[in-house]
Amino acid sequence: MNEQIAALWRIEAPRLIGALARKLRDLGEAEDLAQDALEQALRVWPLQGLPDNPAAWLMAVAQRRAIDRLRARKRHADQEEAFARELETLGLDRVPPPQQREEIEDDQLRLIFTACHPLLAPEARAALALKVLAGLSNAEIARAFLAQEAAIAQRILRAKRLLAEARVPFELPRLEERHARLDSVLEVIYLIFNEGHAATAGPDWMRPALCEEALRLVRQLLALMPDEDEVLGLAALLELNAARLPARLDGQHRPVLLLAQDRRRWDRGAIRRGTEHLARVRQPGPYSLQARIAAVHARALRAEDTDWIAIVSLYEGLSRLAPSPVVALNQAVAIGMARGPGHGPEVALRLLDAMAGEKLLQGYPWLHSARGDMLERLGRYPEAREAVARARDMSRNAAERQLLDEWASSLASAASANIVCIRAKKRS
Amino acid sequence: MRFMIIVLATAQSEAGILPPADDPIWAEMDSYHQDLAKAGVLIEGNGLKPSSAGWRIKFQDGKRSFIDGPFAETKELIAGYTLIKVRSREEAMEWARRFPSPFGNTGDGGMIEVRQLFEPEDFPQ
Repeated sequence: MNEQIAALWRIEAPRLIGALARKLRDLGEAEDLAQDALEQALRVWPLQGLPDNPAAWLMAVAQRRAIDRLRARKRHADQEEAFARELETLGLDRVPPPQQREEIEDDQLRLIFTACHPLLAPEARAALALKVLAGLSNAEIARAFLAQEAAIAQRILRAKRLLAEARVPFELPRLEERHARLDSVLEVIYLIFNEGHAATAGPDWMRPALCEEALRLVRQLLALMPDEDEVLGLAALLELNAARLPARLDGQHRPVLLLAQDRRRWDRGAIRRGTEHLARVRQPGPYSLQARIAAVHARALRAEDTDWIAIVSLYEGLSRLAPSPVVALNQAVAIGMARGPGHGPEVALRLLDAMAGEKLLQGYPWLHSARGDMLERLGRYPEAREAVARARDMSRNAAERQLLDEWASSLASAASANIVCIRAKKRS
Repeated sequence: MRFMIIVLATAQSEAGILPPADDPIWAEMDSYHQDLAKAGVLIEGNGLKPSSAGWRIKFQDGKRSFIDGPFAETKELIAGYTLIKVRSREEAMEWARRFPSPFGNTGDGGMIEVRQLFEPEDFPQ
């Protein structure tokens, strides 16, 4: 029964919270009341059985709670009239009629934009979004982020308080701020996906459940905003990256890097969906450009067929639209993989060395593993080993450290036995 | 986990007769699939043409023989499918419970069958 209620909750939570927040003009309060209703359902339903219309039951209970709260705030008799008027305007005094589709859609969009408000730190947005949009419990969110349940509860509580204190209205963003607000939504979905895709810390290399949640969120958003270029771009990017998940671990659950993956295990359905989204993008943006890069990899049936020149030029476009040290780093790696004048490992190595002082890359292991890769390609094994070992020392993820360890020791034996390019061959 | 909600064929679907344009089933199906999409669980959904537009290939001792449709055993044929990705079996059950009666709300409305898909981790490496 509890699993059944949890399933119902996941379906109904966003609608219930959205409708309540519209009436109360307060997301935090709406979420509280919805949780109260859920708790009551968990007490009552196992005894009495499921009601005929669980959604209406939850709404009725939540509204009753809302009235109790309002009443508690207005104890004085002379305020009873004002109270009655308020109930009427909020529509809490009657059973809501079945909602119109447009109204539900507006509520859902308001919910997305409010829960992902830029006022909140990205981690707070992520937790709140998973709570109100995905219907996850604090315990589930905590498990997903490897955090303590109490810490997540705190994070959500603080986020709700912040929204209330700043009097963030439960509204769609105005036209002039729409762009920035959408960025803030996309950013948090991407963050959730990435945390699952390449866990920055902890024992596991990836946590697919978080990737699934992010995909679900982006599909929700895409259903509500089907023609928005960057929503399409992010949906494409997540599908194309998720396509590789089945190949990211080998039989012994060890991580496998992109170029060494068994591409037969890539999810062709996800690649098709990603490519279809991309085909509908009119104006390229940072997410759709990253998706195009992922699509170039997806098109190559073997790693050696990768069109690196195309990837280099896509990174050029990306660094114009959204310059960042990580983009520059990836561009350098692509240059190192491509052949022809102006490309190759030597050029890449010069670019990477020039980035060593970059503040944002301090403590970023992949700068050093990229250097190791290029040095290995040039047959400079002792230096390569040193660079990879450095990357290993910086990594906070256990599986990643093991991968880098094995790489470093194979470089050590390549250096001592002077075996030329065995790994380079395997890896290219 | 992924589930496929399969609409089983009927004599009517096998005859290639679509419900008339004003039949509420069109709106119900559309609304149901929009709900799936807005919940982020819809992967894809499609209706299939009758088996008279299809064919079978039978394999015997490595040899292939073609059999043109239509096929007789209507109840074992499928008329459409909806593929969803959800968090639990219970959630799939809840969505399946909300599936509209595929061939109308009076008399024999048809039957759906729900099957779970294998995921990559189910296969031996």
